Amino acid sequence: MPGTLARVLLAHLVSAITASGIWILAALLVSALLSVPGTVRSALPAVYALGIVVYLLAVSVNYVLLAVEASQQAEARAAQARLLAGQAELRALKAQINPHFLFNSLHSISALTSIDAAKARDMCVLLSGFLRSTLGLGDKALIPFSEELNMARNYLAIERVRFGDRLQVEEAIGEGCDGCPVPPLILQPLIENAVVHGIANLIEPGFIHISADVAAEGQLSIVIENSFDADAPPSKRSGGFGLTAAKKRLAAHYDGAASLLTSAHDGAYRVEIRIPETGELP
Amino acid sequence: MTVMIVDDEELARQYLREMLADHPDVEIIAECANGFEAVKAAAQRMPDLVFLDVQMPKLDGFEVLEVLGGNVAVVFVTAYDTYAMRAFDVHAVDYLLKPFSKERFEAALDVAKSRLGERPPPAVELAVAARGAAHLDRVVVKDGVRVHIIPVAKLDYAEAQDDYVLLASEGKTYLKQQTIASLESSLDPRRFVRIHRSYLLNLERLTKLEPYTKDSRIAVLTDGRQLPVSRSGYQRLTALLEGRAAE
Repeated sequence: MPGTLARVLLAHLVSAITASGIWILAALLVSALLSVPGTVRSALPAVYALGIVVYLLAVSVNYVLLAVEASQQAEARAAQARLLAGQAELRALKAQINPHFLFNSLHSISALTSIDAAKARDMCVLLSGFLRSTLGLGDKALIPFSEELNMARNYLAIERVRFGDRLQVEEAIGEGCDGCPVPPLILQPLIENAVVHGIANLIEPGFIHISADVAAEGQLSIVIENSFDADAPPSKRSGGFGLTAAKKRLAAHYDGAASLLTSAHDGAYRVEIRIPETGELP
Repeated sequence: MTVMIVDDEELARQYLREMLADHPDVEIIAECANGFEAVKAAAQRMPDLVFLDVQMPKLDGFEVLEVLGGNVAVVFVTAYDTYAMRAFDVHAVDYLLKPFSKERFEAALDVAKSRLGERPPPAVELAVAARGAAHLDRVVVKDGVRVHIIPVAKLDYAEAQDDYVLLASEGKTYLKQQTIASLESSLDPRRFVRIHRSYLLNLERLTKLEPYTKDSRIAVLTDGRQLPVSRSGYQRLTALLEGRAAE
């Protein structure tokens, strides 16, 4: 704002004149006390100018120090915010591993104990495996794609026990995808959406198709497609929460360089994630 | 006692079957994987009691109960505790949360047996009451053994016919056992207006109003159909249109 700047400059000018005046008075006082007449009085204009210069120097040094301090604080704040946001997000995502998924899985196990005890045991192992893999993710910013994919496979294996033939899973994972670093739990909410908002609303069997490929530029592309009931009311169909969470995580991690796109056609819902090349895992 | 099991998960149905195996006085007359199958089975033989899942494809448990109508006691079986209040409102016998124990199941069955022969209130009115303040986003209509699902956006108008209401949608009409007042109360009042004692109109379908007699008018719909508008109906209609214009 030019008004403020003018006022600041004016204030500094007044201060400079005042400070230099005091400087002169002090010089005169000292010279009077030490009784050296004449010498100071003759050099008054030069001493006055020197006073102003010294004042301006002090002011500019002060300003530089202030600016450095402010930028350091802003940087620390931003880093803190990023850290907090990341932690909160991950906590929310973990809680988002739907409790109803657990209740339904436990009910399936309960039913299996008398029908097929061996299968009940398998289901316990699958469920434990899935839960264990979601633990300890909090410390990691990135995990290999293969690890994330295994978590999704584990989840789908559990849901297959519940849904039986209604859930058909297909995979097409290209070469070189396994080691690509991805943020943990990026796939999981999307796979859960595909089951809860897709397969669960269908009477006939439906599919979930997971594919991944590395493009020439090193970009990782992950596509999840699932059948869904186009007639279902929007409240039952949309996985808004999981999608928003996934988008936010991508934005936080890649600062706009990653993308998530959704589309629906011919009874199939499609989510595509593109993650830029981020090199090796630390 | 006759029982029907409705759940889209095979294992959940098997679990109930196993629990019921200890009760020789209970006969399972149908096992259904979805609402359509349930309506079909009930048309052949109405059970005394239904074990009903809530989250199922196409028709949810409450919609199934509504189209089953009539004399049937219900025990809801679900992993979600969020529907408990609604279940209470439709006079459900009990509400079993998955996973549940044998003891919990026996308790529910005992209550159901003790209530056998009591006549539950009409399911449609209860379903409306249970929905509370939320507006319907679709209307379910039973047509013999078939069930039609009409999204409210595709509902043109409704016409009162004694104890029934005739629903017009995409050139077809459906009869539902429900009063027009009850239907009106379950639809969004900003989209549907009672233009006449016997007519409820989807505002989106209105193209123009023409004078008819001193006190009445004719509403012309997008498909050219004409419906009578009473004096009070006209007042409601203009109040709604002015309210919309003011928004």
